[in-house]
Amino acid sequence: MAFDYEKYIRPGKLPHIWCPGCGHGIVMKGMIRAMDTLGLEKNNTAIVSGIGCASRLPGYIDCCTLHTAHGRAAAFATGVKLAKPEMTVILVGGDGDGTAIGGNHFIHACRRNIDMTYIIMNNYIYGMTGGQFSPTTPHMHKASTTPYGNPDPSFDIAKLAIGAGATFVARGTAFHANQIDKLIVEAIQHKGFSVVEILDDCPTTYGRRNKFKSVIEMMNRLKEVAVPVKAAEKMTPEQLAGKVLTGILYKEDKPEYCSEYQKVIERAGGAAR
Amino acid sequence: MSKRYEIRFSGAGGQGLILAGVIMAEAASIYEGLQAVQSQSYGPEARGGSSKSEVIISDGPIDYPKATIVDALLALTQEAADKYSVDLKEGGVLLIDSELVTKQPKGNFKVVSFPITSTAKNEVGREIVTNIVALGAMVALTGMITRENAEKAVLARVPEAFLELNKKAFNIGYEKALAAQA
Amino acid sequence: MGKKVAFLQGNEAAAHGALYAGCNFFAGYPITPSTEVAEVLSAELPKIGGKFIQMEDEIGAMAALLGGALAGSKALTSTSGPGLSLKQELIGYGCIAEIPCVIYNVMRGGPSTGMPTGPSQSDVMCAKWGTHGDHPAICLVPASVQETYEEVIRAFNLSEKYRTPVMVMPDEIVAHMRERIVFPEKGEIEVIDRKAPTVPPEQYKPYDTSFGDVPPLAAFGSEYRFHVTGLNKMQDGFPTTKAAVVQEEEERQVRKVEGNVDDIVKFEEYLLDDAEIVVVAFGSTSRSARYAVNEARTEGIKAGLFRIITYWPFPEKQLLALAQRGVKAFITPEMNLGMTHGLVKGCTEGKAPVLGIFRVDGEPINPGQILDKMKEVK
Repeated sequence: MAFDYEKYIRPGKLPHIWCPGCGHGIVMKGMIRAMDTLGLEKNNTAIVSGIGCASRLPGYIDCCTLHTAHGRAAAFATGVKLAKPEMTVILVGGDGDGTAIGGNHFIHACRRNIDMTYIIMNNYIYGMTGGQFSPTTPHMHKASTTPYGNPDPSFDIAKLAIGAGATFVARGTAFHANQIDKLIVEAIQHKGFSVVEILDDCPTTYGRRNKFKSVIEMMNRLKEVAVPVKAAEKMTPEQLAGKVLTGILYKEDKPEYCSEYQKVIERAGGAAR
Repeated sequence: MSKRYEIRFSGAGGQGLILAGVIMAEAASIYEGLQAVQSQSYGPEARGGSSKSEVIISDGPIDYPKATIVDALLALTQEAADKYSVDLKEGGVLLIDSELVTKQPKGNFKVVSFPITSTAKNEVGREIVTNIVALGAMVALTGMITRENAEKAVLARVPEAFLELNKKAFNIGYEKALAAQA
Repeated sequence: MGKKVAFLQGNEAAAHGALYAGCNFFAGYPITPSTEVAEVLSAELPKIGGKFIQMEDEIGAMAALLGGALAGSKALTSTSGPGLSLKQELIGYGCIAEIPCVIYNVMRGGPSTGMPTGPSQSDVMCAKWGTHGDHPAICLVPASVQETYEEVIRAFNLSEKYRTPVMVMPDEIVAHMRERIVFPEKGEIEVIDRKAPTVPPEQYKPYDTSFGDVPPLAAFGSEYRFHVTGLNKMQDGFPTTKAAVVQEEEERQVRKVEGNVDDIVKFEEYLLDDAEIVVVAFGSTSRSARYAVNEARTEGIKAGLFRIITYWPFPEKQLLALAQRGVKAFITPEMNLGMTHGLVKGCTEGKAPVLGIFRVDGEPINPGQILDKMKEVK
């Protein structure tokens, strides 16, 4: 029997705004399968986003959904989670929203290790505003504001998250659709701040400027560059050149923020409400 | 209009002047049944910059919270003495640390001086209670609050382990000011 | 048993006022001269099971505040000028998404870093016009430690009642001076909580106006689930660009406040009955003004004080009535370069001259300056 995505979709809110060929829908479906696997209760789940194409995702999901301001998802979500630690809080957004304007909130959410899951759809571009370069646009690639090639070096989001203190970091791609829900399930189950980076595509504003002839070509590129961490262990540095590791990249157990704050309450002699 | 009495504690950051003002005002407002407002101004430095703490005491409501014509002034640095003694009212009282303020400001006010910091260091035993020695002296010189109420206010503000030290500092300051005045 | 009294700073009183009002969530960022609020609440909130978080920056603090409030908390943040500038982005979010919360801003010298330990009253326009777009604004300006305590309670009440961010803005003098405060008993001052939905969850709309201009607000994590966005939205909370809906929603958000000025606007009239010269002042400057008015009366000058307690909405109606009754002049002493002066001029429609006393040097306006200005009035 086919999976019933509609049980987590808000009635009447589709079609979505995403372009044909965009991978965000694949990520949303993966997220819904993960929610179903975990049996997440809609009333007890908050989906929080910032601004951008990917940040429109919460509107389609039938939960407590919060579409905040550009870059601020992690900070709003921190407030929701701290006020109601019993809620499952999932953040969704893009690379520009999360690592440029929202970079400070992102690294500090990692540092606090607050029990939330951040799904970052990395399509290397600001799509909604028409294709300006983002912190993840590769060096010398073209964007509407880098007509002569991007002079900036780019962020590795997973490394950034690990460096900042996130205790679960995974990477998948929009091509490897069947892996997405598995990574998200593990991320949500992990107690602490978890980051799932999904390498994504934007045929409309990135692909056409960077010599991708079709969506299929973009998807094929994701397929080609991805190397599962296990497989990478047996590969030489030469073989790994230009490749991107996928799967669970980092996991550790560390004190979680809300639990630590609960101890503050106990030390102060208060009882949690 | 109600009677307004203005006190200014001045010196350098780190000398505990703000706390001295707070205790003085608290003694007046909580223990003496008068009205009091305490305010302060200071630079960005936690230590060493200029610092002043002002207390207005009155038997009625206090509108303007800052000092205008000062009745009693404490100056723990030469700079503070030079800068603020001009605001002293005729017949007011100026208390200075005789070792730190070597050039006595001149004016139509009474000057009382004794080595406040040295007293704290040598007779009480800790330089850190300089402000409480000065406070004791100011309580004696201003006569706005009773010695008992002021002492209560001091003891209510300091950690238990330092009650005796502060009590001693307050009383030595009080006595020294009376003696220096005589 | 007598009431509990204490000798407190304005900032400390603000923190205790918030607790009286039921505040159980604080998000902030350290900034002089407002940090005492955060310090007191970091100690007090956990004692009652409340939450305190120091965020990575001012914007993050405002975001966490709104998140906490949406999850059902009564939320407070404290800041000062530069922080208020940063928070403006999300104050606008709070206005359009209609999230109750309180922003306590201590006015220090500006613009930019300005004078962190110097007093000022120059953030009052920022309270109204700091965030872009049309939006409601409520801003309260206390003048004493006791009033700071009480106005913080009122700010919570207004924010909950009208479902909108409310600002309390003492100047640095009020925030840092110490006075005796008498704590009200529990129940002595009314505490208002946001209107909760009464409809079944499947019928709930977060901006349902069938109950009036202020729609009931459910909490995240309750039996109600809903969508919140910073885009112009419909009654169900989802974005829209439909002209008629956007126009009506924008007007309603402003009407919530502007249509209830009599409930929100608070002021004090002192010796105004026969006053020929009316000093219009607020915050610590109003204390200098009262002193000056008393002095003037002893000299036979018929002066009075109109003390602003609610700065936004501005008490236009009351000031116009005074102007129409006939006064020789208004005087607006303020620690800025004429923000209130312009407003008083505007609402009194040229019926009397408005003389300004403006000071931005970090020193308070003293009673003598005001008295001198009164003597200029012919």
